[in-house]
Amino acid sequence: MQSETKSRVDQLTAPSGHPVAVIRFEGDIASTSKDAVLGAYQSLPKETTRIVLLDFTGVDYINSSGIALVIQLLIEAANASQKVYCFGLSMHFTKVFTMVGITKYAGLFATQTDALAAL
Amino acid sequence: MSESKTTTVEVKLPTRLGYEKVAMSTAASVAKLMGFPDDRVEDLKTAVAEACINAIEHGNRLNEKLSVGVVLRAEPDALEVKVIDDGTGIGKKPARPDIDRKMHGEEDPRGMGMFLIQALVDEAEWVAGMDGKSSYVRLLIKLDKDPE
Repeated sequence: MQSETKSRVDQLTAPSGHPVAVIRFEGDIASTSKDAVLGAYQSLPKETTRIVLLDFTGVDYINSSGIALVIQLLIEAANASQKVYCFGLSMHFTKVFTMVGITKYAGLFATQTDALAAL
Repeated sequence: MSESKTTTVEVKLPTRLGYEKVAMSTAASVAKLMGFPDDRVEDLKTAVAEACINAIEHGNRLNEKLSVGVVLRAEPDALEVKVIDDGTGIGKKPARPDIDRKMHGEEDPRGMGMFLIQALVDEAEWVAGMDGKSSYVRLLIKLDKDPE
């Protein structure tokens, strides 16, 4: 019933020259999304990845279990001294991420262009 | 939809994660017919989804022999949603989630459903069934909230 979460990783370079790993999600982010969220993050090389962008442009539904997976990703990233930013969230999920405090640990941007320009 | 009549819509969901989206879509359709603005419809969708997930996971404990009832009551100025399960109700409301404690491993990253429900609707109450089952959460979202 839940639409399967797909994710893929793109390696980009910000205008500032910083290498950026972008994890692009598609589908629902719920309790069944562990591999797509944490698995994709854990596939990034720890030694060379300093900045991670999470792309929610293709995501329509995120529930509290999905938010918990994002928080687990943020915990692992913080432990690896990586910075995480998000973009592509709808207005509603921007509000939800702000309400639960994710914005304290992951900056939110409207688009990938906005995020890369700020890095 | 008539402005003076109360309209009731009922949905019976299987106790299976993912089916909360059926209730979510139904609630959204009713709310749109009532004239709720898009942002309030999105609030309602998340609150209803979280209430159904709680009913499936905690109320019915993922027992697929049970079902989750969702009753939507459209009144002239508000939409009431009851999500009914066969659990005994919640003993004590969990503390408000604390992102700092979660990030430092002092609190489970999960456990935000009830917080989201309370934050996104105008009223939320959890009622334990008299017979130790048929507990429900009642949500109310008002049509005239934040009038421009």
